[in-house]
Amino acid sequence: MIPAQFDYVAPTSVEEALALLAQHGDDAKIIAGGQSLLPVLRMRLNAPELVVDLGRIDTLRGVRDDGDALVIGAMTTHDDVSKDPMVAEHAALVSRAMEHLADAQVRHRGTFGGALAHADPAGDLGAPAMALGAEFVISGAGGERRVGADDFFEDLFTTAIGDDEILTAVRIPKHTGWGAHYEKFVRVAHQWPIVAVAATVRTEGGAIAEARIGLTNMGSTPLRARAVEAALVGQPATEEAVAAAAAAAAEGTNPPSDLNGDADYRRHLATVLTRRAVLAAAGV
Amino acid sequence: MTRIKLTVDGASVADDVEPRMLLVQYLREKLGKTGTVIGCDTSNCGACTVHVNGRSVKSCNMLAVQADGAEVTTIEGLAKDGELHPVQEAFRECHGLQCGFCTPGMIMRSVDLLQENPKPTEEEIRIGLEGNLCRCTGYHNIVRAVQHAAGGEVTA
Repeated sequence: MIPAQFDYVAPTSVEEALALLAQHGDDAKIIAGGQSLLPVLRMRLNAPELVVDLGRIDTLRGVRDDGDALVIGAMTTHDDVSKDPMVAEHAALVSRAMEHLADAQVRHRGTFGGALAHADPAGDLGAPAMALGAEFVISGAGGERRVGADDFFEDLFTTAIGDDEILTAVRIPKHTGWGAHYEKFVRVAHQWPIVAVAATVRTEGGAIAEARIGLTNMGSTPLRARAVEAALVGQPATEEAVAAAAAAAAEGTNPPSDLNGDADYRRHLATVLTRRAVLAAAGV
Repeated sequence: MTRIKLTVDGASVADDVEPRMLLVQYLREKLGKTGTVIGCDTSNCGACTVHVNGRSVKSCNMLAVQADGAEVTTIEGLAKDGELHPVQEAFRECHGLQCGFCTPGMIMRSVDLLQENPKPTEEEIRIGLEGNLCRCTGYHNIVRAVQHAAGGEVTA
């Protein structure tokens, strides 16, 4: 399968890339690592006139410490994020989710920002980003703006990034010392999750002091399980207490029905996976 | 057309290519390196795996223009001076193949896996090869071959 013809340009600065987007509007499509876009182009589900490759913009790569947050450049590969010691220390939930994301070859090309901007509700990074309260740094003609995770994901494959804007980085507030676990349910290797749960918790003397939980593939966007988060505060990190809180995991969700399972099955799965994820995150 | 210059299996090459040309097409059709095969054509099966700047990638899921300036190694560049690469030798020794179609990708991924983790456990090998499918389901001998190449105990 071969994509339809397109023109190609690989700018070396964000300013240059923004000027191209301003000039070409929705005839242009950004390529990051291309691990989701290239299959789409090959199946001719999309046929942009111009492909703007961000792969030559060095400033979009790397992880840096910015005080109370880590700043992950949008073009940092999954592989580089997964091996970054700062991410492991301050945003362990991202590291845990990376262990299950696609396969090694895809992780070598795919990028952190590209996957989040693609906004597949079955993607593995949306739920951790929601749980950790990530902020999305978006550049446009008018300068830079930051959008919180709650407002970034708007719908299936739809984010707050405008046609003439670029996601340049993701800021992850540090969760140093928090336990983390990503529980993903699949039938076969490197499948998209039927449901997955991203949990990170801070414990104090055997009790859960704070909890943040994100849900993958339980609606048209990644979601927070806020009812479970609230119910966990002050609870002992025991099987019984966590199971009781996790029973609320599907509250407010709108999961899809497909060949992998109907919506009711996914709602049930969410409660089971939430219990497992929270217990593992709490080290139980 | 876009001008690209890169290194493939140690040789410098330069060509004008259509931006839509996939790296795997470039390797096979422009350079005649048909050792790298196209399996699923949907980036699932890993048969087209090559190394770009030392890391394994699926060459059906990368544009040739994205490889401009890169160092690419294919299955055809592994053997040196008529001597098979140790991982190739191990696949032969352990019969890590049936029909052989997935073998170029399996070997390229295994070489990268062993560079990163020279003594993988059986489980680490299976997880490390997650992105490579064998349509004959000959996985046991493939895992044995990687263990053999790593000089470890063959348990699978």
